[in-house]
Amino acid sequence: MHPVIRQFRDFFVSLKLTVVLLALSSILIFWATLAQVQLGIWGVQEKFFHTLFVLGKIPGTDLPVPVFPGGYFLGGLLLINLLAAHIYRFRLEWKKAGIQLTHLGLILLLLGELVTSLLQVESNMRIEEGGTQHYSESYRINELAILDTTNPGFNEVVAIPEAVLADGGAIQHPKLPFQVRLKDYYPNAALQLREGLPNAAPSLATVGVGPRIAVTPLRLTYKQDERNAPAAHLELVGPQGSLGTWLVSPILSAPQTFDYAGRTWEIALRFKRYYHPFNITLLDFAHDRYPGTEIPKNFSSRIRLKTDDGRGDREVLIFMNNPLRHAGLTFYQASFERGDKVSILQVVRNPGWVVPYVSCIIMGLGLLLQFSIHLVGFIRRRAATT
Amino acid sequence: MKRWLPILVLLLAAGWLASSLRPQKNPGAQDLAAFGRLPVLVNGRLKPLDTVARTSLLVMQGRQRVSDPANPGPLVATPAEWLADVLFNPAKADTYPTFRIDSPDLLTLMGITEGDTRISYDSAAKRMMALVGFLPSSRSRFTFKQLEPKLAELDRQAQLAEPTEVQLRTPFQKAVIQLRDRVLLYQRLKHSAQTPDSADFLSELVQFQKALPAGVAAVRARQKGEPHDTDAFKAMMTMAGRYDFMDKMGYLLTVPPASDEPNPTAWKSVGHALLEAFEGGSINPNVMAYAALGRAYRDQQPTQFNEIVRLYRDQLAKRFTPQLRKSDIEARFNAAEPFYKSTQLYAIAFLLAIFSWLKWPAVLGRGAFYLTLLAFIATTAGIATRMWLEGRPPVTNLYSSALFVGWGSVGLCLILEKIYRNAIGSVAAGVIGFVTLLIAHHLSLSGDTLEMMRAVLDTNLWLATHVVVITIGYSATYLAGFLALIYIVRGLFTRSLDPATADALTRMVYGIVCFATLFSLVGTVLGGIWADQSWGRFWGWDPKENGALLIVIWNAIILHCRWGGLVKQRGLMCLAVFGNVITSWSWFGTNMLGIGLHSYGFMDAAFWWLLAFVATQVAVIALALLPLEKWRSFRV
Repeated sequence: MHPVIRQFRDFFVSLKLTVVLLALSSILIFWATLAQVQLGIWGVQEKFFHTLFVLGKIPGTDLPVPVFPGGYFLGGLLLINLLAAHIYRFRLEWKKAGIQLTHLGLILLLLGELVTSLLQVESNMRIEEGGTQHYSESYRINELAILDTTNPGFNEVVAIPEAVLADGGAIQHPKLPFQVRLKDYYPNAALQLREGLPNAAPSLATVGVGPRIAVTPLRLTYKQDERNAPAAHLELVGPQGSLGTWLVSPILSAPQTFDYAGRTWEIALRFKRYYHPFNITLLDFAHDRYPGTEIPKNFSSRIRLKTDDGRGDREVLIFMNNPLRHAGLTFYQASFERGDKVSILQVVRNPGWVVPYVSCIIMGLGLLLQFSIHLVGFIRRRAATT
Repeated sequence: MKRWLPILVLLLAAGWLASSLRPQKNPGAQDLAAFGRLPVLVNGRLKPLDTVARTSLLVMQGRQRVSDPANPGPLVATPAEWLADVLFNPAKADTYPTFRIDSPDLLTLMGITEGDTRISYDSAAKRMMALVGFLPSSRSRFTFKQLEPKLAELDRQAQLAEPTEVQLRTPFQKAVIQLRDRVLLYQRLKHSAQTPDSADFLSELVQFQKALPAGVAAVRARQKGEPHDTDAFKAMMTMAGRYDFMDKMGYLLTVPPASDEPNPTAWKSVGHALLEAFEGGSINPNVMAYAALGRAYRDQQPTQFNEIVRLYRDQLAKRFTPQLRKSDIEARFNAAEPFYKSTQLYAIAFLLAIFSWLKWPAVLGRGAFYLTLLAFIATTAGIATRMWLEGRPPVTNLYSSALFVGWGSVGLCLILEKIYRNAIGSVAAGVIGFVTLLIAHHLSLSGDTLEMMRAVLDTNLWLATHVVVITIGYSATYLAGFLALIYIVRGLFTRSLDPATADALTRMVYGIVCFATLFSLVGTVLGGIWADQSWGRFWGWDPKENGALLIVIWNAIILHCRWGGLVKQRGLMCLAVFGNVITSWSWFGTNMLGIGLHSYGFMDAAFWWLLAFVATQVAVIALALLPLEKWRSFRV
């Protein structure tokens, strides 16, 4: 074997590499835990774990430079290290079976986490008592929705992700008879009525509610109980010229309507919606407390789940530690609002959910086997000496 | 003679433990023990008055004894007697020094001068003792009467401090809010059985009962706009205001639900029951019973007092027999103090085991083993009683996790000691048992440790699996760390670490690290499964989850270093000691961040202890890295 290849192999199968990677992982995890106070749980996942490198900025500039290996980097190398070491050293031996099983489980677990980090989608569903909902909303991603509401039977929806919008420039969609041009955009902003803010800069908006509202940019927030509310000024331009400039933001609760080309349109920047092939009606939300205290004993939502194909129509009780699983989604009781009148269900889609179970079983078996072998050996040796 | 010493130690200690199970004696003729066993509903749980008395005293002043440092002997014989004074004879209770104040700024605010805090002893010997610190030289606990003139100012200061976020409050603001809460708790206790300003609550109730028909008629007439007796109407409105305030203030729910009430937990405050009298026209007999109990207590009429307690109990027994039984056992458990007694046993076992390394290894070592075993049995019984009272698996909050971490470690130590018989297990058990119980004691100062479980934790399945397994993982990681500490300290500072002992310690540490890896991995994974079952995701990078993962990774690092030959004995020991740091971070540090799903119980005073502990561990590791020639044991 060529010495370079051998060196390469020795590097990847070495136990030293394992130890170094594990040590770096623990530093990464510790650092990320501390950072969570400032960045919040989502910020930390993006900055530390779902990335190849943790980026830092050179002081005084905006230049990002890698300062530490990130989750994908360490996890990936660990995976290579594990696989390489096992392929290289693999021997079918009873004595090694436990260790091998444990590591196989670990490989699966790492792969499962990768799948989850790439495919998991979380959103939430806000339902008022008596109300029905057929979509859930993201709480971190927004979209620009332009609806053609001319037909009373259905709406034609064009949804443009916030990220695409924020890139700037003009957006042309085949279903829209006009172009969308971004005039300005703030990732997080507060909206105020102009009357309360007489010195505000003149508005870019010319139509809709925009001219009456002043936009103040805010710092991005990472707190878990706060969300960023972007704001944008958009100009719609048809073949005959400009239709006007609108102010859009998820804070503006009602969509703004206008007529163009003989059709009625609605425009809104809103939390990204996930439409489901079923709808959920909140029959009752209950918030039980222990007698004589405010300590919550249980939160529960009694809902009616009705599928669009008419085949499913049932009542479900969702409560703490007892979510509803339906159509590859998990609905759990996350929060409530307005004096127990509104229930908020967290909706999680995680196609890789089964992987951890399998890997856990394999790892558990492996460890049990390994330590039993050790223990039996130890007892035998002691019995032999005494 | 020497041969019998361990047995003698065992018998003495066992007898001492058994003596704590005797029924409580009453200091006087009044059966205050029976009074202390009466159940009331507080914080969602039915518990004996005895527990209320003890936890209230712990919250208010950090200890259960009520005494004045200048006078020998306690002011009340038992916590239950103190509570009886608070409930029925508040004027007297107001003169007990039960409010602890440490902050000098707060003392100034409350108008307490140096003259009030200084203790002057009459005998020269005592003055000498105070000078060298064996007797306290200043007071830190004050009476309600002393605080009373400045309560309005205290309230104002607390309102000023409150808008500041908990983490950002200054020490003064924290002290103000803490004292305000303590005073409030005391005031609420005083409004629980009667109104504290009433000289004789029973007579007041009798008067109220008499005036009730005319008063109710007057109120009804007025509502219809008919002519009515204005005096009777006014009297009724005054009483209604009085009892409404009592209902809002009352801390204990002493009045059991009526026999036709289907919900057995619908206990009421005295104020609430009295407000109901306006509807029903007669006063709830349970309210009368407490009022009569109060008068008998104040007037020192033991026969009457004991009879009312007995009758009240009999009447409760019609519906609440199982609850009464729990209440009785809880009061007995409180008095037996198994954890406090175990703390002492662990300390003695530790000393015996240490001495066994110097002299009489077999005799002292066995004595230490017996004491550890007894302490282990006592803590086991204590934990089992708590589980039975709560109907829950052993670990439900930070306090019970401290108990259980100690219990798990000591259990492992006993096994090690049984195998190796070199007193190392007993030394480790003594230290870990003592320290964890001390931590538990400090955690108990924040209130009743048998809390109701918040909604998300209300699941016995996961508490029994994930939480128990992960806590055993903590136990084992700590144990490995403490065994490593013993190795380093003995090797570095004494000549007693011979190669055989060193090898034995290495095998112990290695074995315990294997055990710790197994339990922390399985526990972490079970936590992930709980998260998936409840929230549809296996892993969420929550601080506590990360902490558990760090323990798994650290143990894996130790094992891989060992297997790869990257470390020998000394390196293994250093890594194991650092395991103490990692486990402490995971156990307490993550809770101090104040974020995440697991942030139950934010403690800032503990933060400095955590830092100090980390510093000592790092110092030991640094010492261990000194070249072997500097070690006393391995010199040739």
